[in-house]
Amino acid sequence: MQASIPSIVGQMIVFFIFVMFTMKYVWPPITKALEERRVRIAEGLAAAERGAASLKEASAKSDEALKAARIQAQEILTAANKQATQMVEAAKLTATHEAEKIVEHANGEVLRQVTHAKEELRRQVGDLAVLGAARILKREVNASAHADILQDLAARI
Amino acid sequence: MASASPTPAEYVTHHLQHLTYAGDSSFISASAWHVDTLIISTLLGLIFLTVFRIVAVRATAGVPGKLQNFVEMIIEFVDNSVKSSFHGSRAFVAPLALTIFVWVFLWNSMDLIPVDLVPKLWALAYGAAGHDAHHAYIRIVPSADMSATFALSISVFILIFVYSFKGKGAGGFAKEFLFHPFGPYLLPANVLLNTVEYLARPMSLALRLFGNLYAGELIFILIALLPWWAQVIPGLGWMIFHILVVTLQAFIFMTLTIVYLSMAYEHH
Repeated sequence: MQASIPSIVGQMIVFFIFVMFTMKYVWPPITKALEERRVRIAEGLAAAERGAASLKEASAKSDEALKAARIQAQEILTAANKQATQMVEAAKLTATHEAEKIVEHANGEVLRQVTHAKEELRRQVGDLAVLGAARILKREVNASAHADILQDLAARI
Repeated sequence: MASASPTPAEYVTHHLQHLTYAGDSSFISASAWHVDTLIISTLLGLIFLTVFRIVAVRATAGVPGKLQNFVEMIIEFVDNSVKSSFHGSRAFVAPLALTIFVWVFLWNSMDLIPVDLVPKLWALAYGAAGHDAHHAYIRIVPSADMSATFALSISVFILIFVYSFKGKGAGGFAKEFLFHPFGPYLLPANVLLNTVEYLARPMSLALRLFGNLYAGELIFILIALLPWWAQVIPGLGWMIFHILVVTLQAFIFMTLTIVYLSMAYEHH
């Protein structure tokens, strides 16, 4: 068992060199890498958080859009229904008018025909009456006897 | 070890002889070089620096490899230890603590190599080189040599003054040394107490480490004296216990260094 002063001094010099080496070439690069990794992990975590937040936001937005779309679709449907009802209503109205017009027209026609027929009939009856009168006159002219008959005929028309 | 089997006393003494260059065998030698301690500790330090330097060069902020992971674990452990008690710039103190921790750990772990292995090989090599194999001395545990432990603790002792001056200035240091803890009227008592306190630090640092590892080595040597069948259980037990000692002593040395430096650096 011995403590040797030259060994102590030598060892101290070696120790000093080792510490200097560690301080210059070992410690800084490794701690720098550790620090960089720490920053990177922090950034990664922050990015993940941001991603989650934006996902949440996006899904909320899409929900909202879906809701709006649904409401809009409902509105469109309602409007379309209303419009269809109006169209049917309008069509009904037009049809009714048309029908009335047709009927009116037909009535007019019938009236006209009837008038025409009456006219014809009156003419024919007149002719017939004249013919009948001529025949009767050929045989016996007795106007007084037959005047009431002719008058009655004419009145009937 | 000798040709005729040595007596236990001879065996133990032989194991406790340093491989020296020149010098005498006095307790504190001014001329002897402990070649084994110097070479082995330097080699261990170079292993430490090589491994850590490789990692430092390849260090990536991305996914670390296994070696980088391991080294980063040690560095973060040391950095946290320093951070918790030293509040100045860590640019020097943290690498210092790292060097101390890993280097002392490697020194101590030399104690886990079977006590006879390296001396036997050394004796063979020494004999093969044409010398007397009986005088092939070698001790491979640097921390079981006071020269190594005092080299560290004296370095720390010097750094204590450096950091005292840095933190408080020469005046502040002198004031604390003269007036602390009893006030200016008890100046001699203060000086006495502070002198003892300051001297106790390197002594206790060096002797604690040395004592633990020297005792550990001695017990391994004593276990090696037992018959082979009786060595297994005490050898195993002491070995397992020693794994704790190896780590713990390295940790204690590092922590005390940090604590002493932070005490020196900060005002009281």
